[in-house]
Amino acid sequence: MTADPSVHTSVNGHPWHGPAGTTVSDIVASWCPSPKGVAVACNGDVVPKSRWDTTEVSSGDRIEIVTAAAGG
Amino acid sequence: MILSNPITDEAVTGPADAGAAGPTPDAWVVDGVTMTSRVILGTGGMSSLESLRSALVASAADMATVAVRRVDPAARGSLLDLLRDIGLRVLPNTAGCYTASEAVLTAKLAREAFETDWVKLEVIGDDRTLLPDPIELVAAAEELVEAGFVVFPYTNDDPILARRLQQVGCATVMPLGSPIGSGMGIANPHNIALIVEDAEVPVILDAGIGTASDACVAMELGCDGVLVASAVTRAQHPALMAAAIRDAVVAGRAAHRAGRIPRRRHAEASSSFAGMIEARPGTGS
Repeated sequence: MTADPSVHTSVNGHPWHGPAGTTVSDIVASWCPSPKGVAVACNGDVVPKSRWDTTEVSSGDRIEIVTAAAGG
Repeated sequence: MILSNPITDEAVTGPADAGAAGPTPDAWVVDGVTMTSRVILGTGGMSSLESLRSALVASAADMATVAVRRVDPAARGSLLDLLRDIGLRVLPNTAGCYTASEAVLTAKLAREAFETDWVKLEVIGDDRTLLPDPIELVAAAEELVEAGFVVFPYTNDDPILARRLQQVGCATVMPLGSPIGSGMGIANPHNIALIVEDAEVPVILDAGIGTASDACVAMELGCDGVLVASAVTRAQHPALMAAAIRDAVVAGRAAHRAGRIPRRRHAEASSSFAGMIEARPGTGS
């Protein structure tokens, strides 16, 4: 039986969907080998790490997950 | 101690500590943190993490810049782990941002991700020259300072813009020598000297260094340090160039503190004429 894909968002420019109640923590866990050195913005606002577990995503949200890359 | 500006020959007040007892330990301070290395390495352009590691070690830098980019789930190896292993401080960079609001968001993400208030603020005007957009830069700097960031602004060589950035509270100013990656060295040493004379914060020459002598000249002009990326990462032998720049910065800093002779249009004999032997027979009086 498949989960009901009731939340449609984009993550790092890619379409992404998940069950209702998906949190930022859930998305980070599915994208990143480790949450260390990682930060998240939702619709252009930073979501502090302390709120990842309690911030649910809604359909239409644009999530950006970033880390350090060579450069600068 | 009266020294001479290496470009204009004007007398300038030199470091008070280079007296008969010898120079005092020479470090620079930003945000209350004592930095011993005067080389900051940019990590962009390196072919592999392993090459980056050897260049970082060879440079003796104690800080390196990183860009803030989307996580790539397929990426192998961690830049942050590498920097931590070597014991380098991370200086996140808002590289790639064109507007103040992009730069501010990037800085805030960096603060969350890397747990540092320090940020190199780069806000560029176009992608061909990568020159800073001064208007967006000052706006972003002001907002970030107010939000508690320690701002290292990448700026051009305009002394007035450098002064404005200090007025809004930047912790350093980082004027370019020439465009990022151009390797053209210091295009306008007069302006860099003006920025140094006027500055009340550390001045870091950032962008355009192509080889060791450029880094040496930056230090001779009175800069407190240099930030190099392409000169090292894109050199044929990055670790060797990193070591050369490390040594050039030490040499340039010492030369600055030593107080060079002024440039003259005519000779000034280093040997006195007193005690000269008689002229050859048949000549002279």
